[in-house]
Amino acid sequence: MKRSPLAIVAFLLAAASLVLPTGADGPGILFFATPALLFAASALALFASASNSSLIALLILVHLAAIFLIGLLGAFAMAAPAIGYWCMVVAAWLLAWLAVQRLAALRPKSLTAQRMVNLALPVLFGAWLLILWEIVVRGFGVPPILLPSPSMIAARIAGSVPTLWADFQQTFLKAAIAGYVIGCGSGFLAAIVVDRVPFLRKGLLPVGNLVAALPVVGIAPIMVMWFGSYWESKAAVVVIMTFFPMLVNTVAGLAASGAMERDLMRTYGSSYAQTLFKLRLPAAMPFIFNALKINSTLALIGAIVAEFFGSPIVGMGFRISAEVGRMNVDMVWAEIFVAALAGSLSYGLITLIERAVTFWHPSYRT
Amino acid sequence: MNFVRNSVIPVGTVLIGILALWYVFTVILNAPFERDQAARANTAISTSQLIANTMAQERPVLPAPHQVAAEIRKTVFDISPTSKRSLVYHGWVTLSSTLLGFGLGTLLGILLAIAIVHSRTLDKSLMPWIITSQTVPILAIAPMIIVVLNAVNITGILPKAMISTYLSFFPVAVGMVKGLRSPEIMYLDLMRTYNASKAQVFWKLRWPASMPYLFTSMKIAVAISLVGAIVGELPTGAVAGIGARLLAGSYYGQTVQIWAALIVAALMAAVLVSLIGLIAAFVNRRMGARA
Repeated sequence: MKRSPLAIVAFLLAAASLVLPTGADGPGILFFATPALLFAASALALFASASNSSLIALLILVHLAAIFLIGLLGAFAMAAPAIGYWCMVVAAWLLAWLAVQRLAALRPKSLTAQRMVNLALPVLFGAWLLILWEIVVRGFGVPPILLPSPSMIAARIAGSVPTLWADFQQTFLKAAIAGYVIGCGSGFLAAIVVDRVPFLRKGLLPVGNLVAALPVVGIAPIMVMWFGSYWESKAAVVVIMTFFPMLVNTVAGLAASGAMERDLMRTYGSSYAQTLFKLRLPAAMPFIFNALKINSTLALIGAIVAEFFGSPIVGMGFRISAEVGRMNVDMVWAEIFVAALAGSLSYGLITLIERAVTFWHPSYRT
Repeated sequence: MNFVRNSVIPVGTVLIGILALWYVFTVILNAPFERDQAARANTAISTSQLIANTMAQERPVLPAPHQVAAEIRKTVFDISPTSKRSLVYHGWVTLSSTLLGFGLGTLLGILLAIAIVHSRTLDKSLMPWIITSQTVPILAIAPMIIVVLNAVNITGILPKAMISTYLSFFPVAVGMVKGLRSPEIMYLDLMRTYNASKAQVFWKLRWPASMPYLFTSMKIAVAISLVGAIVGELPTGAVAGIGARLLAGSYYGQTVQIWAALIVAALMAAVLVSLIGLIAAFVNRRMGARA
């Protein structure tokens, strides 16, 4: 069996951490358990045969060690962790990387197992990002104002649910969704009109392409001046931001149906509307969903940025700028978390709908 | 001749239509203020006078195009570029951080794409997070990043450029992953029969094949870098840059100034995107790509 260099380095580091000082004052069960656990895990990675059961054992041991490492941080109330502790951290990280590597190399027979592995890999990657973030921020004593630890952000989220919900309601449920629906809807309708008139298509498409690349966020101050500081002005910004991507993509999509299929429709003697609804719109769906996906993030960005130029005392953009001013960075991160969650969930929702609507598309066929 | 008929005339018509609409809206939106003024002065105002007045207001709701053009001419050509009231000065501040951020972002995107294409672990575990990273409305937290970095004495061009970097690495990374994987299986097999090393496959096959993808993504990346730089200038207390002009204009109700800054930003975006288009055409011709 070929021994991975990762496993050798991890083994040496774990062995070193058994004797090196960790820099903590006072004894505790974790000080013996953690290096021992890592030593066992690296020995497993180095000497055991690469079977499924040893991989699972490695995963369990490494994550137990990670929990212990975070638990150990509490013991460094006064002093900073010493070299032995960082040896353990690096060893744990290398072992986790090794485990992920082995997991990625698996070729399970059944489809469910393959899906589980495909889901587990990014989840493990994200989990280790959080673990290392927590350990580095607390271990090196990074000031919370620069970067708060994940546990601190989580505590803040749990402690201020009503505020976060009110902000979310104001920015996402009112401004972003209203603007998104109006912007995408009008972009779609405009595209159908533009498609009907070839002159408009030739003239408007280059302009639309240009506008789609412009810093449209810049119109936020103007919209706030015109529509006042309530959510309507934010919705207006979102409408303008989402209109052009939708227009450009839908026009491209309406041209996507093949000449042969259109000829077939003509031999059937179908009317314009029949061709549109039965052939061209279904063929345009992948393009339309592409625009819907792009717009879902644009809508959130537009709604939040527009709030920087004036808003009532509620809303995610308002909260971010206000709490930055008061240097409450953990609250800002809580808002970012909510925004990222809302953005990812709406993106995921659109992807699910897309899969149901464009089930015929080659990229979804198995 | 075809070019004139197929693009110049239609695009020109649309642009003239937009300008005409702009003038119409200038009159509609600015008229209430003029009527109000006339009513206060107890004078009747003729329609022609009203229309003339709506286009020459000090702080109009919507400035007329010629007002914006005059403001741009004044701030670009009449004032020396070193003055803080010159749009050239502010434009350069924004442009320099855009280009720095765009350069770093493109580099990062290419490196990530190379790593992802060559490592199955990274492909499976990092790629989903790269996509998730874009659902984070980073533009929305740009101001915070600037303020926080300022607090630890990282000031100047770097924080803004970092936002542009974050925004621009994504399209490049995704496009390059696609591009580096675009060579067909047959070519890859051919390289294997030549006993080519991984580096040789990369430099002689994957890299040249990815060029069209690289330039397409770079066009998106440079536009989004500019947006990042502008938004990054908002929270610094309106010191310098296009974003600062926007914020200062919105504080003092200087609508003409806002529109002038917006138009200049739009022109900058258009120039940057078409510049990359030109480079793409040149490189593609040199590398013998068709079309």
